[in-house]
Amino acid sequence: MLSLTSPVRTPSHRIGAAPKLLALCAFSIGAFLLRDPALLALAFAFVVLLYAAMGHLFARAGLARLRPLWPFVAVILIWHLVTSDILAGIAICLRLLAVVGFANLVTMTTPLQALLDTVTGLFRPLRRFGANPALLGFAVALVIRFIPVLMARARALAEAWRARSPRRANWRLLTPVFLTVLDDADHVAEALRARGGLNEYE
Amino acid sequence: MERDVVLIALFAALVAILGLVPQLTLISGVPISAQSLGIMLCGTVLGAKRGTLAVLLFLLIVAIGLPVLSGGRGGIGVFFGPTVGFLVGFPLAAFVAGYLVERMQDLDLKWSAMIAAFIGGVVVMYIPGIIGMAVVLDKSLLVATGFALPFIPGDLIKVVLCGLLTAGLARARPAAILWRG
Repeated sequence: MLSLTSPVRTPSHRIGAAPKLLALCAFSIGAFLLRDPALLALAFAFVVLLYAAMGHLFARAGLARLRPLWPFVAVILIWHLVTSDILAGIAICLRLLAVVGFANLVTMTTPLQALLDTVTGLFRPLRRFGANPALLGFAVALVIRFIPVLMARARALAEAWRARSPRRANWRLLTPVFLTVLDDADHVAEALRARGGLNEYE
Repeated sequence: MERDVVLIALFAALVAILGLVPQLTLISGVPISAQSLGIMLCGTVLGAKRGTLAVLLFLLIVAIGLPVLSGGRGGIGVFFGPTVGFLVGFPLAAFVAGYLVERMQDLDLKWSAMIAAFIGGVVVMYIPGIIGMAVVLDKSLLVATGFALPFIPGDLIKVVLCGLLTAGLARARPAAILWRG
């Protein structure tokens, strides 16, 4: 399982997660308050400059990460072209690309563990209300481990299906996949209990 | 305790891999992903409380940068994009689906899970989803509803699947239906 952190080392990798997240908050609030297309173009240019400063390879990867936004950009531009208010449409798209681009920048230059540590740190004050930061970290690790296990199980059962049937595997495969992974989950829970359980996280 | 934590993590992983399942394209040309099926199942299988926790755990691993949101998306950026409302709707949907299925115990589980999945996973999910699109794209609620409408037929398929799967699981592994615990 690959995380979205960029393997290209950039100066931004050296900054801690918390300051980058705070900068993201400030930037996004600012961008959502702005209405003037010229100012939004400036904000967008700022993000483009940040990417450019990180080098060619990094900027290309950053551009690829914006791909899911293109349908929305297209719909907005066409919409505003028809309603003859194209400047407002451009402003919306600039804001969208600038804010999501800035957020992706934080994700791409912050290791998974640093972000996770920051999140569990945020949970620490909630301890007295029953939140448990250490248990949260453990649960995240479990999810990350379960994902490849689930995929491998689904693949194995799909192969078995193809060996038996000329038809393509379909949703009927879901029940056996669920059943086998539920049994796996019981084994994991049993193994945890056998090793002293999760009480040390209490 | 151990079993609860493991099952919550398992369902968070389930939501994640259902997002990686190749997207099906309906006749109308609208792509649908299986991710919201996972959200519905969190509610109907784990119940309101644990289902919501599983979905929140899923959102956390999206936020820290795993590309497990449908279409291989992830990171903090998705919380600033046009679909942010649906991300807000995910835990609400799981909660409502779980709450409803827990309160329809007289009904056959297949039907109660379908009703719960429809109200939680479609009605409740789309309200913040549409508001989010309206805000981020600066459009009226009516226009944003128009953008979301093509996705409803796919969601109805998922509602039916959720009912069938929940009932199938209950038959084969009764202990897996946590809210009955």
